[in-house]
Amino acid sequence: MKKTLFDKVWDAHVVDSIENGPQVLYIDNHLIHEVTSPQAFKELEDRGIPILRPEQIVATADHNIPTTNQHEPIKDRLSRKQLDELTSNCHKNGITLYELGHKNNGIVHVIAPELGITQPGKTIVCGDSHTSTHGAFGAIAFGIGTSQVAQVFASQCLLLSKPKSLRVTVNGTLKKGVLPKDVILYIIAKLGTNAGTGYFCEYAGDVFKNMSMEGRMTVCNMSIEMGARGGMIAPDDITFDYVKGREFAPTGDEFDRKVAIWKTLPSDRGATFNQEYHFEAADIEPMITYGTNPGMGIKITEKIPENITDDSAKKSLAYMGFEQGESLINKPINFVFIGSCTNSRIEDFRIAAGFIKGKQKAKNVTAWLVPGSKKVESQIISEGLKDIFDEAGFELRQPGCSACLAMNDDKIPQGEYCVSTSNRNFEGRQGQGSRTILSSPLVAAATAIEGKIIDITKHLS
Amino acid sequence: MKKFTTLQSSAVLLVNENIDTDQIIPARFLKATDREGFGMNLFRDWKFHKNGEINEEFALNDPSYSGSILVAGNNFGCGSSREHAAWALSDYGFKVIVSSFFADIFKGNALNNGLLPVQVSEVFLKTLFQKIKDNPKTEIEIHLINQNISIKGTALSENFEIDPYKKTCLVNGYDDIDFLVASINKIEAFETKHQY
Repeated sequence: MKKTLFDKVWDAHVVDSIENGPQVLYIDNHLIHEVTSPQAFKELEDRGIPILRPEQIVATADHNIPTTNQHEPIKDRLSRKQLDELTSNCHKNGITLYELGHKNNGIVHVIAPELGITQPGKTIVCGDSHTSTHGAFGAIAFGIGTSQVAQVFASQCLLLSKPKSLRVTVNGTLKKGVLPKDVILYIIAKLGTNAGTGYFCEYAGDVFKNMSMEGRMTVCNMSIEMGARGGMIAPDDITFDYVKGREFAPTGDEFDRKVAIWKTLPSDRGATFNQEYHFEAADIEPMITYGTNPGMGIKITEKIPENITDDSAKKSLAYMGFEQGESLINKPINFVFIGSCTNSRIEDFRIAAGFIKGKQKAKNVTAWLVPGSKKVESQIISEGLKDIFDEAGFELRQPGCSACLAMNDDKIPQGEYCVSTSNRNFEGRQGQGSRTILSSPLVAAATAIEGKIIDITKHLS
Repeated sequence: MKKFTTLQSSAVLLVNENIDTDQIIPARFLKATDREGFGMNLFRDWKFHKNGEINEEFALNDPSYSGSILVAGNNFGCGSSREHAAWALSDYGFKVIVSSFFADIFKGNALNNGLLPVQVSEVFLKTLFQKIKDNPKTEIEIHLINQNISIKGTALSENFEIDPYKKTCLVNGYDDIDFLVASINKIEAFETKHQY
């Protein structure tokens, strides 16, 4: 039978099947962080169950950490306690931890690929919905709840029913200034926030074949925003080149042996999907969102739809302070955030720096740049990007999840708009009463320079 | 996990669609390292205005609504995987959430905590909305064994789907860890031939 990429990876990890029920799926790598793990450690301790494979777990501190003065003790008592618990839980159980200040520290979905932990054909889970990011390598990767974190601790497995398959194909060549973030925002705007629920999504076609690994990660990252538990892209030479030489990547003959296996993973020609969608690259333009879910997106040059009758959508517009039929071009913006597991990799900062170079940030704007990891931070400095950001008046902070979810002090004030490269524009997501407009790093950088939303397509040389 | 078989209760109505887990429990309350106590911050930013005053218009503040069933709009529980959302709903006193569609991760989290997600048709959900609006004391009965939801005092009812394994877990109060730990021998045998 012809198989999809998803089928191949899934089937290779099935330990057992319950009649008329879920399957026992083996998990290769379990990533954990401070927010969704403490209750799982506690549960196992209470039940007297040991952690089965601590060597297959990697921990980082990312959600609840400050992005300034990371060398100092954390001021917030509850945050400090949560991080201390992560440290003691990892030490007690022999789990590798990249704590605050460690050279490998950073956002969980940035560091695992960076360290070569993320590899094609693997199953990867984490108590975070953006675990879908790792699917960019042709891995099955998805977010889990804390009860499931405890299950993986106890058994290195999960009980799951196999999801249905979905394929989104985008062929053609992207226009100038259209970035991977625009592609995924376009797809979600077209399909809606629950089109993917119950499915695992494969992204196929020229656009993804020609995309960098960083771009593929941005796309797969936001699969959950259309409801899909995970997204995947067939591994190819771009994938293998990215993995090669990284700290946890296989080396020498072992690497070649793995590549030979990885090359068998792409979906068989003629494999069928439960659902398929096709889009043309030429139809995609720089995107922004105008509402309070990621599906409420428009091309930056378009107007907010008219004749909205749905109460939830009306409430959303009222929260954002926007009118039906309004254009967002020239809308003054006081906050810009470039960061999050969606867009905090080196490529994102190169793109932002490329636009910013030689320009000055608008006076009204607070512009935060938050790298995804210590490695990205070092690269920003060594490539000279920090000088460009400093000269333009942007603030380069230390790595972490930061204003994407505003668990720490990086909050956008009540009522303020923030053009943000993160993944969610939910009410209050970036701070109580804050209003988020999602965009690519290029649109975010341009907004910071102009102090308002501009038609980026007219500003590209 | 607590057992679940049947429940009869009035319901609280939240007609909004796409209620995400950031609304159910905002991120700033995720610093706690226990499972208890999240109920007091359930829907915190909808329950209270920024100045701390109670938002009288919000359903959970409306004294005419009561009960351990929450009836909510389409695509409930989307967004973040935080299980704190399920803990907050349970801690507040809800035992059943009724909607026409649930986000995957939330649905799994709810089931793992004995909080039953009941997925009904759009038509039935609209009927429920109307009946509860007309009379907030309307009693709803959930029968897990028969997989049926009915509006008491009417002939209106609908069957709902649930994974047979999850149904067995809820009815008997088992959880997945019990099953997985009992499968360790099979898991270790799998590991010896697993090549990734």
